[in-house]
Amino acid sequence: MAKEFDLNEVEVWDGNYAASQALRQAQVDVVAAYPITPSTPIVENYGGYEANGYVDGQFVMVESEHAAMSGCIGAAASGGRVATATSSQGFALMAEVLYQASGMRLPIVLTVVNRALASPLNVRGDHSDMYLGRDSGWINTDAFNSQEAYDLTLCAFKIGENLDVRLPVMVHQDGFTTSHKAQNVKPLKDAEAYKFVGDYKPVDDMLDFTRPVTHGAQTEEDWHFEHKARQHKALMDSTKVIDEVFAEFKTLTGREYKRVESYMMEDAEVAMVVLGSSVETAVLAAQELREKEGVKVGVIAPRVFRPFPFDLIREELDRESLKAVVCMDKSAPGGAMGALFNEISAASLTTKARPMITNYIYGLGGRDFSVEEAQRIMKEQKAHADAGHITTEIQQFSGVRGPKLGFFETRRGK
Amino acid sequence: MSDKGVLATDKRGIRELGAEKKVGWDEVPQGVVLNSFEEMLDPKHGAASLKPEERTYSDFNSFTATVASWRVIKPVYNRDICIDCQNCWVWCPDTSIISRDKQMIGIDYDHCKGCGVCVEVCPTNPKSLLMFGESMDGDEALAGWPEKKKKEKK
Repeated sequence: MAKEFDLNEVEVWDGNYAASQALRQAQVDVVAAYPITPSTPIVENYGGYEANGYVDGQFVMVESEHAAMSGCIGAAASGGRVATATSSQGFALMAEVLYQASGMRLPIVLTVVNRALASPLNVRGDHSDMYLGRDSGWINTDAFNSQEAYDLTLCAFKIGENLDVRLPVMVHQDGFTTSHKAQNVKPLKDAEAYKFVGDYKPVDDMLDFTRPVTHGAQTEEDWHFEHKARQHKALMDSTKVIDEVFAEFKTLTGREYKRVESYMMEDAEVAMVVLGSSVETAVLAAQELREKEGVKVGVIAPRVFRPFPFDLIREELDRESLKAVVCMDKSAPGGAMGALFNEISAASLTTKARPMITNYIYGLGGRDFSVEEAQRIMKEQKAHADAGHITTEIQQFSGVRGPKLGFFETRRGK
Repeated sequence: MSDKGVLATDKRGIRELGAEKKVGWDEVPQGVVLNSFEEMLDPKHGAASLKPEERTYSDFNSFTATVASWRVIKPVYNRDICIDCQNCWVWCPDTSIISRDKQMIGIDYDHCKGCGVCVEVCPTNPKSLLMFGESMDGDEALAGWPEKKKKEKK
């Protein structure tokens, strides 16, 4: 029986430690992992908990991230609660197996500490790994700070393992700006946290010898489409369970999560849509801008990136006051507009308000995103709103040295 | 044939691969998880306590589908020469050699792919299993079975 971990009401934890504590409290049966910067401390700490008798499960050291997720799949199919952690290149190596986990409907929890993808090789935070996995069929949640990394990791088990969901869940946090930044975190007591997560409920487990099952079957053109359709439906329908789990978590802790977080949007004329630790920067920038210059700025932050909260984004955008929206993408777009821009724009198209939408690529490879830069961009949106049309190129770059970089001009209003 | 039920396809409700009932997305099994059997098995011994002919294979068990059409050459078995050594049973990659109580009974032509391993490992002289074209009649093959090879003098 695992020992209880002595916890203070308020701890000083970085995002990695917070995530590892949540894994410990969920009493995961198998953690198969291959450590990589900046998520290394998650599995390092977990190994420590096991060595010191704080977990009953097993930590399995494997030879690569591909093997890590494969091990997780095997353990999950066998009928256990499973989790792991990774970043960047490791996430990329896992990519093939991520699709297997979701297609096989195995509720694995993956804590992803976001880091840029090479080349050039870089250990700092951006969202290129998050974006790489966005079509992999996993539920994607995003923590903006350490407390949220802890909270959402606990919620991830409860969401993914729900019998109406049975899908794997990622909990993203920003490399270094969240993973290595010590902050005040209010943890639950071990028993409380475990009670919230609940016992694991095996489904079609391979260790049930009375009902032998085949996992990971092959299907061709006669069956594949139906299976993918059913999987997509389950992912789309998971919003209901996500909302329920967030509501239950609020009752327990007082901390409220929504699939889309919004700040000061009630009367906003311009808005910034942003993910990760930049959300706090954007909120600070918006508050200051409102106080000092009276610009009515709001911030929209998708808490759940998949299933994409099309419904709630639409609600946020469909405001008469809202004129201009900027979508901040922290990933090299690879010859397109940023993913957030594309998805927010698609949601916006079916609203009455249909605000102008522009795109910024920012923060690549851990480039700092300051309050001042956020305010400059917000004021630019205000200029669009005042002019009645987009006054800049639609896609621009924030914080990159060299001549100004931008693509495409508006064909509306000018 | 007295071995019907062990070898026979009719008892399994065998069908061509892909001939299963096509249901819509709302009816496919979650996670492509396929149950092997219709009934719950004995928890202590699992499937090992039942002979294949006693099991209730599910519709999605590969045992239920025939893949005979994949084969171009087939092994024919000669009971008169066989010594029941079980070599072919051990080596067959598709569990298509049927043996009961260490007595070779025959070949499961629904699942045999015609790889010829059974012939390779057969130690008798002449061999008790030989490969023939898929359309060859079994009795005709047995009628023309080769004689015992004599050792060549050195």
